Amino acid sequence: MPYIPHSNEDRKAMLAAIGVRSIEDLFEDVPAHVRFPELDLPSALSEMEVRWELETLAGANFTTVDGPCFLGAGAYRHFVPAVVDAVLRRGEFYTAYTPYQPEISQGTLQAIFEYQTMICALTRMEVSNASHYDGATATAEAVITAVNVHRLKRRRVVVSPFVHPEYRAVVRTYTQGMGLTIVGENDGLQDSNGLVGLLDDDTACLIVQYPDFLGRFEDLSGLAEAAHVVGALLIVVADPIALGLLKPPGEFGADIVVGEGQGMGAGLNFGGPYLGFFATRKKYVRKMAGRLVGQTVDAEGERGFVLTLSTREQHIRRGRATSNICTNQGLVVLAAAVYMAALGKTGLHQVAELCYHKAHYARQRIAEISGFSVIDDKPFFKEFVVRCPRPVREINDYLLDEWGIIGGYDLGRDYPHLKGHMLLCVTEMNPRGEIDALVEALGEMNNDQ
Amino acid sequence: MKLDPEARYAKTHEWARKDGDEIICGITDHAQESLSDVVYVELPEVGDAFPKGEAFGVVESVKAASDVYMPVGGEITIVNEALEDTPELVNQDPYGEGWMIRFAPSDPAEFDALMDSEAYEAFVAEEEG
Repeated sequence: MPYIPHSNEDRKAMLAAIGVRSIEDLFEDVPAHVRFPELDLPSALSEMEVRWELETLAGANFTTVDGPCFLGAGAYRHFVPAVVDAVLRRGEFYTAYTPYQPEISQGTLQAIFEYQTMICALTRMEVSNASHYDGATATAEAVITAVNVHRLKRRRVVVSPFVHPEYRAVVRTYTQGMGLTIVGENDGLQDSNGLVGLLDDDTACLIVQYPDFLGRFEDLSGLAEAAHVVGALLIVVADPIALGLLKPPGEFGADIVVGEGQGMGAGLNFGGPYLGFFATRKKYVRKMAGRLVGQTVDAEGERGFVLTLSTREQHIRRGRATSNICTNQGLVVLAAAVYMAALGKTGLHQVAELCYHKAHYARQRIAEISGFSVIDDKPFFKEFVVRCPRPVREINDYLLDEWGIIGGYDLGRDYPHLKGHMLLCVTEMNPRGEIDALVEALGEMNNDQ
Repeated sequence: MKLDPEARYAKTHEWARKDGDEIICGITDHAQESLSDVVYVELPEVGDAFPKGEAFGVVESVKAASDVYMPVGGEITIVNEALEDTPELVNQDPYGEGWMIRFAPSDPAEFDALMDSEAYEAFVAEEEG
């Protein structure tokens, strides 16, 4: 549709209708000296000069392309095959906004349908929705879904302190005003066993992370059983890459599996856009947040795709909607779909195995450095906790300034008892040389002391 | 538009019929026709209590998802579980097999205040304009 601006005649007619002579007169209530102030701006630059200036500014950044990175904590550097961008950047996908008459966009619907199918296979759940903004919002939507499954009668939410701290904050933000009581976070629990004692018959759901924020994983079937005994839902926040190797939450009896899908085909992207995936059991589909794409046949018997369910969304249910965000991450969904399809089951398993083995090599080497020690209480995937001889911030500054290495996450920011502990992340993107360089750097820092 | 002469009617298009001390309730033929094919009915749990006019469930059709309201306040004693697998009963037989809930009224006078079938017919005609 072309953009047709008002003509001078249109403007004159409108001004006459409201009894004003000129557009400037509309601003006469604004004091004259601030109405059209002189702006102290430098003179205009040419395109070439602007480019130089921006490139110089960008060059001042130290990015994950410039050196080894061992920072994870929710945003992960995994390899993105070229085929992802090749499909993603096709104009048909890249420029399209949410289709408000969805069935006209068969390609978009098919991509979402295939994404949903693969998410179900990965998590071993029965239904996946078309996605949410990110792992944090998907987690919050899962809580709201669980509360709705219990028809708003249960108001207690038990959350493990080892669910990502930012996800827990978003759950609180999303659910404020719903009258929920959120427990577990600040009870000084060291592991998931203590969570069972917090479950009661007012509990709508129990939320755990797999692997947890400290990188550890465990058999969740006991927690699932304990939740189900009191009629609560088990929500598992999972790392989809880990599911290439670990037993999927669906097999533990999880009721809702959510997580951050950024690791599958999306770069770090300066923190966004990311991708929240959400999968559940078929029996909860009517209470599920978000929308669902389905496959059907048209009047001529040809395969087609439709928006099967969006009945709980705001544009249909208004104030009674389960979810008040009626959008999905179309493009990042597509990236994840292409990523999963390109890697396949075997490829994803290989990525997960590489992460696992490299992380274990790194941890073993770091544990050998005097002054450093590792907490060895549970199996871990690609992240692990290191107790440091100096403040984490100091170590990170040293690594970056002296070695050009991006260090780990300072756990003292979120866990007072883990002050002086660093969360390190190793993925398939860290070749052995990088890990050895990190070990050497940490060893030398120690010697410098 | 079919009507049940035995039933009383609410302005929100539910019908209510006395059965002993209790009341059976569903949506009217006019309501099911306006909604078109019903694909899902969400019903309350036995023991839930609602005042008159409060939503007790949701009827989802291919066109919309709409709340259904208590024509009379009361406590649910039975729900029509057949609707879980065969929601189309609401379209096929709205006053019979498509019933939704049965409840013990908290104030039987509320029933007497509902419209009879003639008044409801006139109300629908007026609403349709």
